[in-house]
Amino acid sequence: MNPLYLEVSVVVLGIVMLMAEAFSGAGSRRGIAGLGILGLLAVLAATFFVNPAAMDAAAPYARFYSADLLAIFLKQLSLLATIIFLVMALEYAPTVEANLPSERRGAGLGEFYTIPVFTCAGLMWMASAKDFVMIFVSLELVTISFYILVSYLRRNRDSLEAGTKYLVLGALSTGFLVYGITWIFGVTGHTNLPEIARALPTLDHAVAPALLFGFGLVLIALGFKIAAAPFQFWVPDVYQGAPTPVTAFLSTASKAAGFIVLLRVFQTFVIVPELQAKILPLVAVLAGATMVFGNLAAIPQSNLKRLLAYSSIGHAGYLLLGVASIGAPFAGIAILFYLGAYLLMTMLAFLVMIVVAKATGGDDISDFAGLGRRAPHLAFGMLLAMLSLAGLPLTAGFLGKLFIFECAFRQEHYLLVALGVVTVAAGFYYYLKVVRAMYWQQPADPGAPEIEVGGLAKITIATLCALIIWLGVYPAPLLALLR
Amino acid sequence: MTPSPLLSLILIPLVTALFCMAGAAPRRISIFGAGANLLLSLYLLASYNQAIGGFQFVSENPLFAAYGISFSLGVDGLSLVLLLLCTLVTFAAVWVTPKIEKQEGMFYACLLFISVGAVGAFASIDLFFFYAFHELALIPTFLLIGIWGSGERQRIAWKVTIYLAFGSFILLLGLIGLWLAAPDNLRSLDIRMLQQLGYAGLLSPGPAVYLLLLFGFGILIALFPFHTWAPEAYASAPAPAAMLHAGVLKKFGLYGLLRLAVPIFPAEIQQFAHLLLVLLLGNILYVGFVTIAQKRLNLMLGYSSVMHMGYAFLGLAALNQLGLGGMALMMFAHGLTIAALFALCGEIARRTGTLEFSELGGMAGITPKLGLLFGFAAMASVGLPGFSSFAGEILIFFGAFARGATGCFNWFQTATALALWGVVISAVYMLRAYRRVFWGGRGTAVKDEIADISAGSRWAIILLLAALLVTGFRPGLLLEYLNPVFAYLPQ
Repeated sequence: MNPLYLEVSVVVLGIVMLMAEAFSGAGSRRGIAGLGILGLLAVLAATFFVNPAAMDAAAPYARFYSADLLAIFLKQLSLLATIIFLVMALEYAPTVEANLPSERRGAGLGEFYTIPVFTCAGLMWMASAKDFVMIFVSLELVTISFYILVSYLRRNRDSLEAGTKYLVLGALSTGFLVYGITWIFGVTGHTNLPEIARALPTLDHAVAPALLFGFGLVLIALGFKIAAAPFQFWVPDVYQGAPTPVTAFLSTASKAAGFIVLLRVFQTFVIVPELQAKILPLVAVLAGATMVFGNLAAIPQSNLKRLLAYSSIGHAGYLLLGVASIGAPFAGIAILFYLGAYLLMTMLAFLVMIVVAKATGGDDISDFAGLGRRAPHLAFGMLLAMLSLAGLPLTAGFLGKLFIFECAFRQEHYLLVALGVVTVAAGFYYYLKVVRAMYWQQPADPGAPEIEVGGLAKITIATLCALIIWLGVYPAPLLALLR
Repeated sequence: MTPSPLLSLILIPLVTALFCMAGAAPRRISIFGAGANLLLSLYLLASYNQAIGGFQFVSENPLFAAYGISFSLGVDGLSLVLLLLCTLVTFAAVWVTPKIEKQEGMFYACLLFISVGAVGAFASIDLFFFYAFHELALIPTFLLIGIWGSGERQRIAWKVTIYLAFGSFILLLGLIGLWLAAPDNLRSLDIRMLQQLGYAGLLSPGPAVYLLLLFGFGILIALFPFHTWAPEAYASAPAPAAMLHAGVLKKFGLYGLLRLAVPIFPAEIQQFAHLLLVLLLGNILYVGFVTIAQKRLNLMLGYSSVMHMGYAFLGLAALNQLGLGGMALMMFAHGLTIAALFALCGEIARRTGTLEFSELGGMAGITPKLGLLFGFAAMASVGLPGFSSFAGEILIFFGAFARGATGCFNWFQTATALALWGVVISAVYMLRAYRRVFWGGRGTAVKDEIADISAGSRWAIILLLAALLVTGFRPGLLLEYLNPVFAYLPQ
């Protein structure tokens, strides 16, 4: 099957969902979300039968679009994240409804289920983009749909504040991106990454500063997207204010796509040794700063959403460490594995959080007090997510860190590895704060009723738990896929 | 995958723990599971073929070829002895566990998970699982201290967990370095392979990796000056948890050093021997004096356990058959001794509600059996001849002293002479503790109506002491397993 059909079918699915929304009366709109989940599952299944050779290499789109392993894997991650988003959104629907001005039942929910499908299409294009124009267009599709999603709770001030912040900083980073692309185009005469790679070795030395300037601007723009320090300051407020499923989506799929673009741009530029000598330290510094800032700032947090926001910055740091170690033989695999593992465990944490917050009415860590006795299964899911995020062996999170550190060790980034170890130990502290609340502390209201979990959410939580342990113990199938 | 009896050794406590969590009668099935595991480890010890030696009962199950991660199990004499220690202490720990008021199932499950972690680490011959199983025990420790501990349990649980996690990650770096040190085509996580490469001189990880391993393992063992987590943790943890952690889990670090540092880093051990000697004297003398100054029985036992680790390091520094054999024997003996002492300490605390020496005293008249058992355990801790602690320590001293036989009174002999004073120090604090708890005037917390130790707990502790006595009178029983492991080294 030609890989191009993947995105096309996702877009068609989105349009069908919009149509269904337009022609349906008052109601819960659960059917639309169900349609989305089924459709995306079908596309996810189709990704395993894609044949890149079916693409016509001479066709015009082949200049923009690559269907390599990296792209296919990221498409799968995006689809998975969107499916989990829809499951979360179903659990989260009451909050969305309560925060929308319309009185009609279900008004606005249909779009809440549909917009992410378009985001997913954008993410999938981003995964395949190998031309700056394509990168820009798909990135904007993703970012603009996130502008809407982040500020979706119109009656909630935090959500609106988050939306404004995200809009302003997103626009700023877009400006950096375009400006950077202009400089690179001005020097090389190309926007196409493979052609830039061909042109770079032939260039005059005198243009190197201009090229570096352009690359630096692109790096800043992508730094905003992946929340690398010092471009991370929007993250905590936006993550805390946005609807929780959107936060989960933003911190996993959007970040993963940012990393893939970064990886592609980076690989284009590091082939020239002179550039490499200047670019690598830059990324290494970013990685160190991001690890330290994210993990240290997470320590004092008492709101779980905010804590996960800072921890996501920390994880971006480990991923950047992988990018900085790109010369190591397994670095690409290590980064992709980490992205996959990070997606699973973060989604699991957010999903449990949404279910619990629905019952307790808040997402502070103290709202999890006594969960170990009140809802042992949910507590176990959260425990597993936290242990995996902290990097305990036999979970996917540990292997991710192990692979990254191993690559960094090979590339002799000893200082960064040492920083990584210190920050991982700090991570233990704040992730265990959640475990402590769940198992040590008494529930605020001992007589509280049982927490109800939707059937779909139950299945998803169980699947995510199983996947995290499975990848932590037996990663061979996934790694074979990435090879 | 080839089946191996070792897999059952891991699965039995794991399945038992899961049953406990699911709500089965926890005490009964835990005792049953731990007992079955003890019998199984005895059976393995008996059916290990000493004529062949090396790793036996091997099963390999490659999981991930590119990194060479494989779920491989196998044991040699050293790991068998430690497995016996682990199953013995686990059995005793679940046996002496009193009635738990809150979440009894979780309590037993946590205990058994520590056991799973220790058994898995001792039985793994793949570096990845060797490390992973030990980490697995971190979380139950955190929960055991945090939920069921005493005193400032929450602060202490944090401190311990962060300390151990940090040590583990330093260790992880060392292990990565070790793995990368092998030539590309021979890279392996298999401990047997690494040892072969080490003997053949094909591994040259350099001193940095050795120091990472030494301090990574050292933090887990409570090597001076990284020992401050241990006494507090053992004082605060519920008695069965302290038994398992101090008795078994802490031996993981020493086991790791014997398994990896000795065959692969003999040159580095000698290069940094002076550093190690200074640190271990810190363990023996400095921590020894701190132990004497303690005013509470549980803290004193915690410090004494840290102090005894100094002897083990002395055996490592000696790096000869005598010293390392003695070190392994002493690990076994110390595990049993400290487990018995913590169990008795828990019994005392439950009867009097306090462990302050100032409020205790004269208990021997009311609880003679408890007093007698404590006396035995205290003597074993001091290293009285007849207990295997004596055999282990004397071998270590001989080994360390022999290292310096060629020179005049050199570093090793000086250190040995100083370390010998540790025996005096431990006699001082142990006998003092014995006197202040069981003899002298009646303490304010000691009431007439307190009951003597129950038959069940008594037999659990007698089992531990009996094992100490048997191996003390016939250390050869264990040494015939241990010595072949180090046979390639100088006498």
